[in-house]
Amino acid sequence: MSITVKDVQHVAKLARLQLSPEEEAVFTEQMNAILQYAEKLNELDTENVKPTTHVLQVSNVMRDDVVKESLSQEEALLNAPEEEEGHFKVPAVLE
Amino acid sequence: MSKYETVIGLEVHVELHTKSKIFCGCSTEFGAPPNTHTCPVCLGHPGVLPVLNRQAVEYAMKAAMALNCTIGDVSKFDRKNYFYPDSPKAYQISQYDQPIGLNGWIDIEVNGETKRIGITRLHLEEDAGKLTHVDGGFASLVDFNRVGTPLIEIVSEPDLRSPEEARAYLEKIRAIMQYCDVSDVKMEEGSMRCDANISLRPVGQEEFGIRAELKNMNSFRGVLRGLEYEQFRQGEILDDGGVVVQETRRWDEAQGKTLSMRGKEEAHDYRYFPDPDLIVLHIDDAWKESIRSTIPELPDARQARYSEEFGLPAYDAGVLTSSKPLADFFEGSLAYTKDAKAVANWMMGDLLGYLNSNSLELSQVKITPQGLGEMIGLIAGGTISSKIAKTVFKEMLESGKLPAVIVEEKGLVQISDEGAIKQIVEAVVAANPQSVEDYKAGKQKAIGFLVGQVMKESKGKANPGLVNTLLAEVLNG
Repeated sequence: MSITVKDVQHVAKLARLQLSPEEEAVFTEQMNAILQYAEKLNELDTENVKPTTHVLQVSNVMRDDVVKESLSQEEALLNAPEEEEGHFKVPAVLE
Repeated sequence: MSKYETVIGLEVHVELHTKSKIFCGCSTEFGAPPNTHTCPVCLGHPGVLPVLNRQAVEYAMKAAMALNCTIGDVSKFDRKNYFYPDSPKAYQISQYDQPIGLNGWIDIEVNGETKRIGITRLHLEEDAGKLTHVDGGFASLVDFNRVGTPLIEIVSEPDLRSPEEARAYLEKIRAIMQYCDVSDVKMEEGSMRCDANISLRPVGQEEFGIRAELKNMNSFRGVLRGLEYEQFRQGEILDDGGVVVQETRRWDEAQGKTLSMRGKEEAHDYRYFPDPDLIVLHIDDAWKESIRSTIPELPDARQARYSEEFGLPAYDAGVLTSSKPLADFFEGSLAYTKDAKAVANWMMGDLLGYLNSNSLELSQVKITPQGLGEMIGLIAGGTISSKIAKTVFKEMLESGKLPAVIVEEKGLVQISDEGAIKQIVEAVVAANPQSVEDYKAGKQKAIGFLVGQVMKESKGKANPGLVNTLLAEVLNG
């Protein structure tokens, strides 16, 4: 199972990234190298190992339904690229 | 008969009315100034950790049980990846392969027939932010207050066969959520939302046709109209020998039609994977049972009980139990009168008529169950006539005063004093010799006119039974 330029283009599109043909070639090579490295794991026998979704052996960590103080609007907007009337303002992404 | 059979499946999102968000302590209150209910967790800042709200899990379990789902012993959260400005993390925390509930069902009733609709799954997830497009559509304003509000998504099997069935299903889901008290379920305010998959296939064909996904139907009427339009549109395409395009379409309420949003070839590829920030949920039997014990009597059971206990027709029982506030009002009234049928009649006629024609909710009028119950008692006891009761009822809707107070204030007590009525009867008879002659000549209609005159003279307060008796006495005497 190897990665083609088409896969790279697809992933780039999903991530809203614009890549040059040169970059596409570089990433195709790099992603294949990463996958090949991960392939090594297939050498292990995992027949009797349960799928692990988390390394911590704990479960059911929850909090009570209690409201805590939020950030102020000014604080919330500190990282906004632009703001207008208390909102984050961003370029429209139309579907 | 149409050549085609319609196949519909619905995805319903319901906001759970917890006080705080699903993964942080920000308030879920509706209508706050923009971006005042956010924190580093729901804004998706780097390095923060979400912590699951126990109440959200328990509401989801309760809802899933009420929809007859099996509750998973193990449930986990996954990341659904997509880039859109309504999601600050660029992924939504949702559930992929181990949702809270699986394999449920509800019964719906359409045209007097009961039908069972399968529910594929119910999962827990977080809501997205709200976008307002500005600058001629080139920019968006983002309010993240809603980000992280707990949602359940309820996915039905493709078991619905008409827009009417879809509407009945949606109404039943709303009623069940309302009875379980897990959500406000107001479509107009967005606390309940609905997407639909709809396709047509030739009658008799087993295989499903190509479907369109329908979005943006923001009311029960919108769902019905949107699906009706789409059913019509796809039928036309098939009639012309064409092929329906698999795509997402948006219902445009103003234009009354559905418009293409995006083709399926550009469909989202969400790349789900387990969220490493959240740990797995183990739901043991004790926890399940403690939640199951909090589920109240649900609409179907309540409807059956109304028929059995109060002898109400199935239709009446169905209408009264279709919303919890209505059913609670009905039962509340019965603490003040034993005449369940009378309560049902007043509610289904005058009360619902008033609410519907003024587009109001029960909570927006002031009448109380006590008021209605006592008013029915006043009619039964002969204090007021049914006709006067209409006036009293209207007044109760607007002022919320008790009927005895209204009757007292407005002097509406029914006249049941024989002497007083007889006086009016005699005066009316004396003033209308022509009608009296007509009656004596055999025209039965004439008596109706005379009764009307007596009622008018008494300002509607004369006891109609007594009027009839006394009038007959005077005319025949």
